[in-house]
Amino acid sequence: MSAVAEAAKTARRPISRSRVLRRSPVGRFLIKLPFWLLIAAIFVYALFPFYWAIRSAFTPDSEQFSTPIKYWPAHPTWANFREVLSTSTFQHALINSTIVAGSVTLFSLLIGSLAAYALGRFRFHGRSAVLYLMLSMTIFPQIAILGALYTMINNFHLYDKLGALIFSYLIFTLPFTVWVLTSFMRGLPGDLEEAAYVDGATPLQVFYKVLLPLIAPGLVTTGLLAFIAAWNEYLYALSFIQSPDKYTVPLAITTFVGKSGSTFQVPWGQIMAATVIVTLPLIAAVLVLQRRILAGLTAGAVKG
Amino acid sequence: MSTVATPAAPPRRRRRGSKLQRRQTRIGWVLLIPALAVVALVAIYPLGKTIYYSFTNQEFLQGIEPTKWVGLENYRTLWHDTIFRTAVWETVKFTLITVSFEFVLGMIIALVVNSSFKGRGAMRAVMLVPWAIPTVVAAQMWKWMYDDVYGVINDAGVRLHIFSHSHAWISEPSTALGSVCAVDIWKTTPFVALLLLAGLQVIPQDLYEAANVDGASKIQQFWRITLPLLRPAILVALIFRTLDALRVFDVFYVFFGNRPDTQTMAIYAQSTIVGDGHVGYGSAVSVAIFLIIGLFVAIYVTVMRVSGGDD
Amino acid sequence: MKHRALLIVAGLIGAVTLVASLSVAAAGTTRPEAHAAPVKSAAIAPPAVPNAAALKAKYKGQSIQFIGDAAVGSSHKRDLKLVAKFQHDTGIKVNLLPHPSGSDAAYAQLARAFGSKSSKPDVMMLDVVWPGAFAPYLLNLKPKLGKVSKQFAQGIVQNDTVGGKLVAMPWFGDFGILYYRKDLLKKYGISAPPKTWNDLFTQAKKIQDGEQKTNKNFYGFVFQGNSYEGLTCDALEWVASAGGGNFIDNGKVTINNSKAKTILDAMRNQIGKITPRGVTSYDEEGARNVFAAGNAAFMRNWPYAYAANLTTPVKGKYGVTVLPHGAAGHSVGTVGGWQLGVSKYSKHKDAAIEFVRYMTSPKVQRFNAIFNSNVPTIPSVAKDKQVVKTNPYLTPAIANVARVTRPAKYLKTHYNEGSKDIYQGISQILNGTPAGSVLPGVASKLNALVK
Repeated sequence: MSAVAEAAKTARRPISRSRVLRRSPVGRFLIKLPFWLLIAAIFVYALFPFYWAIRSAFTPDSEQFSTPIKYWPAHPTWANFREVLSTSTFQHALINSTIVAGSVTLFSLLIGSLAAYALGRFRFHGRSAVLYLMLSMTIFPQIAILGALYTMINNFHLYDKLGALIFSYLIFTLPFTVWVLTSFMRGLPGDLEEAAYVDGATPLQVFYKVLLPLIAPGLVTTGLLAFIAAWNEYLYALSFIQSPDKYTVPLAITTFVGKSGSTFQVPWGQIMAATVIVTLPLIAAVLVLQRRILAGLTAGAVKG
Repeated sequence: MSTVATPAAPPRRRRRGSKLQRRQTRIGWVLLIPALAVVALVAIYPLGKTIYYSFTNQEFLQGIEPTKWVGLENYRTLWHDTIFRTAVWETVKFTLITVSFEFVLGMIIALVVNSSFKGRGAMRAVMLVPWAIPTVVAAQMWKWMYDDVYGVINDAGVRLHIFSHSHAWISEPSTALGSVCAVDIWKTTPFVALLLLAGLQVIPQDLYEAANVDGASKIQQFWRITLPLLRPAILVALIFRTLDALRVFDVFYVFFGNRPDTQTMAIYAQSTIVGDGHVGYGSAVSVAIFLIIGLFVAIYVTVMRVSGGDD
Repeated sequence: MKHRALLIVAGLIGAVTLVASLSVAAAGTTRPEAHAAPVKSAAIAPPAVPNAAALKAKYKGQSIQFIGDAAVGSSHKRDLKLVAKFQHDTGIKVNLLPHPSGSDAAYAQLARAFGSKSSKPDVMMLDVVWPGAFAPYLLNLKPKLGKVSKQFAQGIVQNDTVGGKLVAMPWFGDFGILYYRKDLLKKYGISAPPKTWNDLFTQAKKIQDGEQKTNKNFYGFVFQGNSYEGLTCDALEWVASAGGGNFIDNGKVTINNSKAKTILDAMRNQIGKITPRGVTSYDEEGARNVFAAGNAAFMRNWPYAYAANLTTPVKGKYGVTVLPHGAAGHSVGTVGGWQLGVSKYSKHKDAAIEFVRYMTSPKVQRFNAIFNSNVPTIPSVAKDKQVVKTNPYLTPAIANVARVTRPAKYLKTHYNEGSKDIYQGISQILNGTPAGSVLPGVASKLNALVK
């Protein structure tokens, strides 16, 4: 059939009724309704527990588990927050966790991006093997390597020092940092560095002037994931830190003791207050910074 | 501007003899030195030690029994260990459920945040909240939310007529696994969403514009443009989520303790090494876990490769 | 862009409406608020060290490390005060290190120290089930403290004596007791708390039936039913009080007997009837949360719950008594609590022993009881008026209840494994499997460990 006849045939096809319905305002709303319900459900699922944490943080002990359940305490109180913020262990813990998580993130990004540069932009034998070697680091259950790690940390005289944590957290932050950044590096166009090399740039200059800005979303994402993962880690902190002034936040939270003085009692109000204190600024900071960091990094790429 | 719709292969250098190739290899390995140093220190020695222990009868409280080499005896016992087998099956079920839900939900969230959808700012915050709460705290919180006497889930569910009565979600064997899956999905979907979002952000917009001009629908665009370009990010997200799911510990421990019917592989390893003090046998369990997880990784990589990916 | 503001407002209104409606629905009868002031630690000073001058002359300048109680709170304050006083009086320097907050981690820390034959710590806190496991690494305290130990609760002293050596001194004790709602017993015309388990079931059912008419969250009895160490404690009380033995008696595994079977099946039948179905995932706090909110008539728990419940709605409404017993047995309470031991590898053994002598002395135990509500391990201290005032569960009737100990002595280094076999078995029973099909398996596992 000739092209003209085909075109004529298409033009004459009547518009179906379902298509009309789909295009009308009512139709568009109806199609979007399940979508909106889904979004609403996701919001509730994700946020409700956090709302519950906030509610519990403001609830005095006497109402914590009372029934019928109060969705907002009848007598909200700041007492839990006051108690949490006044313990020096918690104050130190905030600083310790920031140091540890920050260092781990920096090291992971630095080492990881260099490795990703090699694995993603260079060709040599053994690339895949290295990637899978990185992966194998994370496959053992934490408890399995705990004993050997403990011995090593003792030998390096790192026991009861923050350095022990910075050292051991790299086990789980480095692998996915390397993997994610490698896939970003590989996704960049193949001849990107040619121009720079022609201009006489060294590989390192190519790395931080040309490539890094382009994989900015990857850097931000892995940095964020690494930071939070290191911040929330519990088992190694419990095993390698002994002095209360070196506790990280998860450790400090679990050492809150209730009024009875017994280690059985779980002072839930304080724990929730501590969680809120620690989570809210983290989220706020990330929201503000995410846009900034991304903009800052990619701006460099456009100009460069 | 390049218009390739598949990820480019690493740059191809013009083969001016093997000198350039050798230079590439050298630079590549030099750049890898820091990472490899970390791996050697932080991973190889402990891994090696664990593998070594698995061939001995090492006990936690040393000096009780002299440590001696027992060869494959631990592995022979492991092969007949029905508790371990149950734990493996339980963990695999958990992994399949959580990873699939997390993937779908993560994808939805990432697409929403990446689009010009009006709620995306709020969605970006939503994405982070569960991930930011420490796992030990989140697990305890969910456990008390599930309680059949004072738990808010039962309360709200009954009031809103979603359930007819309170359920003991954690105690009842039929709902136990589901209840713990819901917590893990809540906690780690952000991880998947963030990774997928990062992948979405590097897909050039002009691909979509060109598709619009060609008359492709949104769904077609998703299947033909988004998914293929997202494949590396999807692979990474799936591998790491699966790894973590197969090693799950905290939530199960808080919810069930050492309940026999809901043990995961990691809980079994922990209770063997620390609880029972059998470091040797526990290390064999750990090596088995390592191999099982490695199997999953191999499956992923093969599937991804077979379905038309590049190296 | 112009829709965004509208959306946000709509979303917020929707959220507020949801919360408000749930709150309104939830606001039932107004509850009498319990605004109790937190329990203040009594103003009391740590006692002086007896014989301080002689100790100073002999050991001044020596330095020992003490692994003590958790890092924050009144327990830590107590340790700090005592350590400071001891240092001041004797010149022996004591370096206080709190133990990790998890029991597993605390055990692991000590295991590593002993395994590496480290000279530190010199003195350490030991859970009541650890002396059996750590006995090979602990100093025999009998020569120096044997005479003093006769003042202590003999059940605990026997627990701390392994192979003829006294490897630890009881420091503070804990034992299971029954909490009950005085006001509800009165309301339903029950004159006294239950003496036997069957009494408990009957009373609990009566109160539950009555209360559930107005409060559908109310249940008769809560306890520690999760699959963890706490269940071993609770189950030991059931079985021992029914005449079914102590799981392992005199080195022989006795858990598989008909009396044990009867009482365990009786418990199994009550799950979901007078107890919430979720009781099989409760630990100490899980059970206390229910009782403290006024939703249970009876609770089994440790003494700590007494002070902890003073800031909850049931303040003033609950009493304590000994746990019920089976038809053929008598009331018992499982021993919890902590001991103090001295490491065999310590370089300052004598100074360490003197520190232990001070910390476990009657005057210091009295201080602990008043300052931190710790249960004394010396019966005479439990009679002190001030002590009983701060700890009302130490009335003679309760304080003198027979103590039963978990079989750590016989399982030694395999205690954790053995206890796991026990509580996993009991957990299976509580979740529906008849005891007759579970106990033989548990017995054979224990037999393999006791050999």
